[in-house]
Amino acid sequence: MMSNTLTDRQKQIAGFLLVAVALAALPWFAGMLGNSWVRVLNIALLYVMLALGLNIVVGFAGLLDLGYIAFYAVGAYVYGLLASPHLTDNFEVLAAMFPDGLNLSIWLMIPVGACIAAVFGVLLGAPTLRLRGDYLAIVTLGFGEIIRLFLNNLNAPVNITNGPQGINMIEPVTIGSVRFSRTVELLGIEVPALHLYYYLFLALTLLIIVICMRLQHSRIGRAWAAIRDDELAAKAMGINTRNMKLLAFALGASFGGVAGSMFSAFQGFISPESFGLMESIVVLCMVVLGGMGHIPGVILGALLLSGFPELLREVVVPLQNALFGEVLVDAEILRSLIYGLTMILVMLYKPKGLWPQRKGNNAPLRVAA
Amino acid sequence: MDIFLQQLINGLVLGSIYALVALGYTMVYGVLGLINFAHGEVLMIGALTAFSAISALVGINPNLPGWLLLTFGIVAAIPVCMAVSFTIERFAYRPLRNAPRLAPLISAIGVSIVLQTLAMIIWGRNYLIFPATLPTDPIILHTFAPTALADYERTVSITPIQILIVAVSASLMLALTFMIKRSRLGKAMRATAENPQIASLMGINSNKVIAATFVIGAALAGVAGVMVAANYSVAHFYMGFLPGLKAFTAAVLGGIGNIYGAMLGGLLLGLIESLGAGYLGQLTGGFLGSHYQDIFAFAVLILVLTLRPSGLLGEKVSDRA
Repeated sequence: MMSNTLTDRQKQIAGFLLVAVALAALPWFAGMLGNSWVRVLNIALLYVMLALGLNIVVGFAGLLDLGYIAFYAVGAYVYGLLASPHLTDNFEVLAAMFPDGLNLSIWLMIPVGACIAAVFGVLLGAPTLRLRGDYLAIVTLGFGEIIRLFLNNLNAPVNITNGPQGINMIEPVTIGSVRFSRTVELLGIEVPALHLYYYLFLALTLLIIVICMRLQHSRIGRAWAAIRDDELAAKAMGINTRNMKLLAFALGASFGGVAGSMFSAFQGFISPESFGLMESIVVLCMVVLGGMGHIPGVILGALLLSGFPELLREVVVPLQNALFGEVLVDAEILRSLIYGLTMILVMLYKPKGLWPQRKGNNAPLRVAA
Repeated sequence: MDIFLQQLINGLVLGSIYALVALGYTMVYGVLGLINFAHGEVLMIGALTAFSAISALVGINPNLPGWLLLTFGIVAAIPVCMAVSFTIERFAYRPLRNAPRLAPLISAIGVSIVLQTLAMIIWGRNYLIFPATLPTDPIILHTFAPTALADYERTVSITPIQILIVAVSASLMLALTFMIKRSRLGKAMRATAENPQIASLMGINSNKVIAATFVIGAALAGVAGVMVAANYSVAHFYMGFLPGLKAFTAAVLGGIGNIYGAMLGGLLLGLIESLGAGYLGQLTGGFLGSHYQDIFAFAVLILVLTLRPSGLLGEKVSDRA
């Protein structure tokens, strides 16, 4: 016992600190390879948020949602409309009321985006409560397409979404006096805007992870697991399946909304094109690959599937140029091929995902003695 | 142009195609209880194969008559679609037959993405102009509306390809009904749909029956694909998605698992869509225009599933949806 001077608790703290330092240093290392890699990291974090949100619906509650990207779109458009001159340009009433633009605080916009997305989640959930499994999947797919159709066409007669052109000139995030648009000096260190976004996204992702973990091991999480495993039995046990399902939709959607508003601020431009069915499928693919219902697995899935295609882009094009002297199959095509094959192969050979949940993990966490 | 009659004709044409594709969904669902998400992609493969076949034939002899080209296209598309569908069933669905319900659906979505990507690799990303086969001049018909109306309000137009679509769909549906009602295979399919275990106890090779169901549905989808491409004169890798989804809606509307339901649902959905799109602008005071056409299918889908999940002709099946 003497040789092992660290207690479990100390080991935990040491591990935690190591991870924290690694996460904090990550963008600087990625930045050495080029700023595009920090961008990749940021996008990957957005996908982690999305995958965790979808995991609540698909993984925890067992409701297959093929239109999840609609909530991402709702969050993105809410932020985009509130933080760009689009609304004041098109509605004179608003321009008269807010001559200097809306200038809302980010701490207001993120919750507003999340709440509106949650409302859409409930709107979708309410009529589909009675449906199960595959029917639900197709209806949610239809819902996602309807949202996209509206985004694409609501530029006439009243220009709300600016149609296929999308919304541009979206203000970047501003926290206090720090505007996330150029390099700023914090505590004597020059921090590029990309890195600032990284830390913001990381903070939000961690928050979402904590919420998900707490949810999973709560009464609500157990209720979801019960519904997923056998809805009839869950009902018989006195679980209010209607409210629980609606809650899953609402919470999942609100995480999507947060990710969407961040996407909007990060890109500065959004259009309906970013919110197609393929994106919903990409997020679903991440959840499926990682392991439905298992938070670390889902995070792994999101990181793998958002990072791997980028690596591929770096490798495939030069490789083909070297081998054939021209690019035969471009990286974009390979990317979707990977997504498709992933879904088939995971279902055939590893239906529980790469990093599945161990049995009985839904039991309440034991309080450390 | 008489708007009502014109939209009725358009709806009939659209509906015939939906019905043809919906049959594939409904037969597979009837036998396996599986939504073959990749069915729309089979339609796309059919259209693109026909495109290549017709282009090749025109390359050999540019003077061949249009009807021969179209027939050749259809004849080329059918076996390709059948082979694709057979392969999908064998490798992506069969191993998952006893898996949890969502597994085959997720696998089917994967198949759909893979097929689209392969089509993108083979035929490229761009819209391809489908060769003109039949005369494109519309035939103008005079209606019996009151003569007080101006002359142009008393006519409707229909193109030869539209006539062909309705005729071919109707005869294929008739043939299919006959096959299911009268042939040995049809009997085996009905038995398998009723109860797969007992059917196999009666000496029916259920794997063969299921494969046959997929292949027949694929042939219908292939024909539908060629006709969609010929009607709109374009073909591209993404053309299968919307017709596939709408045909699924049609199958649900009619009562999934029921072949008459698929036919009825297809025609109804076609009519709802074209009449709805034709009058949507008037109904909403110009707020929503005809570019919202696609919303009808989704709205119908959501309404049917929430109000009457068994569809118009479906029997009440508990705990399957």
